[in-house]
Amino acid sequence: MNSRDYQQIDPQALPTPAHSPLPHPADRRQEPRTPRRKWEVFPGKNRFFCDGRIMMARGCGVFPLTVGLILVTSTLFFIFDCPFLVKHLTRCIPAIGGVLFVFVLITLFQTSFTDPGILPRATPDEAADVERQIDDTGNTSYRPPPRTKEVLINQQVIKLKYCFTCKMFRPPRTSHCSLCDNCVERFDHHCPWVGNCVGKRNYRFFYTFIVSLSFLTAFIFGCVTTHLALRAQGGKGLVFALQESPVELAICFFSVWSILGLSGFHTYLVASNLTTNEDIKGSWSGKSGDGVTNPYSQKNIFINCCSVLCAPMPPSLIDRRGFLPPNESAQTSDADIEPPRLNHKNEMNVVGASLHLVLIVTLTNLK
Amino acid sequence: MGLIKDTFHNLQELRNSASLANKVFIQRDYSEGTTCKFQTKFPSELENRIERTLFEDTVKTLNNFYAEAEKIGGHSYLEGCLACVTAYLIFLCMETRYEKVLKKIAKYIQEQNEKIYAPRGLLITDPIERGMRVIEISIYEDRGSSGSSSGSSSVSGSTAR
Repeated sequence: MNSRDYQQIDPQALPTPAHSPLPHPADRRQEPRTPRRKWEVFPGKNRFFCDGRIMMARGCGVFPLTVGLILVTSTLFFIFDCPFLVKHLTRCIPAIGGVLFVFVLITLFQTSFTDPGILPRATPDEAADVERQIDDTGNTSYRPPPRTKEVLINQQVIKLKYCFTCKMFRPPRTSHCSLCDNCVERFDHHCPWVGNCVGKRNYRFFYTFIVSLSFLTAFIFGCVTTHLALRAQGGKGLVFALQESPVELAICFFSVWSILGLSGFHTYLVASNLTTNEDIKGSWSGKSGDGVTNPYSQKNIFINCCSVLCAPMPPSLIDRRGFLPPNESAQTSDADIEPPRLNHKNEMNVVGASLHLVLIVTLTNLK
Repeated sequence: MGLIKDTFHNLQELRNSASLANKVFIQRDYSEGTTCKFQTKFPSELENRIERTLFEDTVKTLNNFYAEAEKIGGHSYLEGCLACVTAYLIFLCMETRYEKVLKKIAKYIQEQNEKIYAPRGLLITDPIERGMRVIEISIYEDRGSSGSSSGSSSVSGSTAR
């Protein structure tokens, strides 16, 4: 994250108004007690590394498995198939494989370690303001507001839901992820394979990751098949050749279909400017009424793709590496002392199952 | 630089002699989709504090800044394609256009606070500090005036500054 040069004056940061000078970040660091950074008191269920530079969901999901599978398959490819293919075909094969492999890993890490577009929770003043607005009989009472608020977007009525955890009306296309306990903008889904939510800020990384992974798995699968075919021709027969690289072949065979399916599904989503969340819920499919179309779609595939993948990169709204004002350092967040969720495994199964369902739906549609 | 120091001292004095009375929140306007835009409706709490036109100008200028930051055009396509080809590593090295515009916005808000809002006992908080959800305007009451409770600033009868 780039450090911000904002000279924003925070009236609540001044301990004694009469005598203390304007607080400057350098002064804060010279205080006897080390000031805490904002990531240390972040209320969501996230894990931070490298002093707040890297963040992931608290339960990493099967992210180590994803990395492991990619590494194992690629290593086996480079060790067993490349020498043979370089000798019999061309030297470009390891080069192409290497480029794809590096690309896949970089985009995977970008997806997993980037803030997906988390909305910080409402400050107490904001929350009180929202709760106060609802009662207009003249009495200032504070109670939770009604669950939904309607707004007009491109002449279509959209309901905004009130989030009781974050104490705000969620902007359109924002959803609260129960695994991370955060509201995420343009929430797509929580992906256990990358160990993070996929939202506005990291969707383009995720899309590039699955597309390049499909190329990589298809490439490795093709190379392995060619290798086997050439060996089988060479004399000893197909069965013997198969015995030499069973692991690679198995992983590639199963991955190719699922990853290709997922890429195809997400290409459809990008072209129609939809999120997985909206597609699964059928928000714009017209089930609930007629005339309901996606108000965010530009009705043009090229423009939709550009606005999803080539829009300016939005900034992270949670200032992870900023310093807390001195009077807030004493507060501890609930998340720090909360025990780990007991039903985490069940939820992972649910998410894994829904991903599986998505794949099945996609593969059925592709036929 | 000296002028800024003097102005900070003025804001300092404001805080010394004034206490935070109320906060007004300008909400987002979603009529054109999810792009960042704030409502220009004039809040009733600021009725006696600031001229309507000044307030609307501030909000409209901020909306224009955000529209410029989020504009999808030739420049953003180029940035997007270049980023894709380099596996998005350029985002780690380069300052994006959005971040450049955010710096301009911060400077603009500081200017507005110094010239227009602080003399009227108001202070605007940069929306980025509030997750781009609201523009928070803090209203300060002069401590010298009779103790006013936090909800009373919009009622007629309070003396205008």
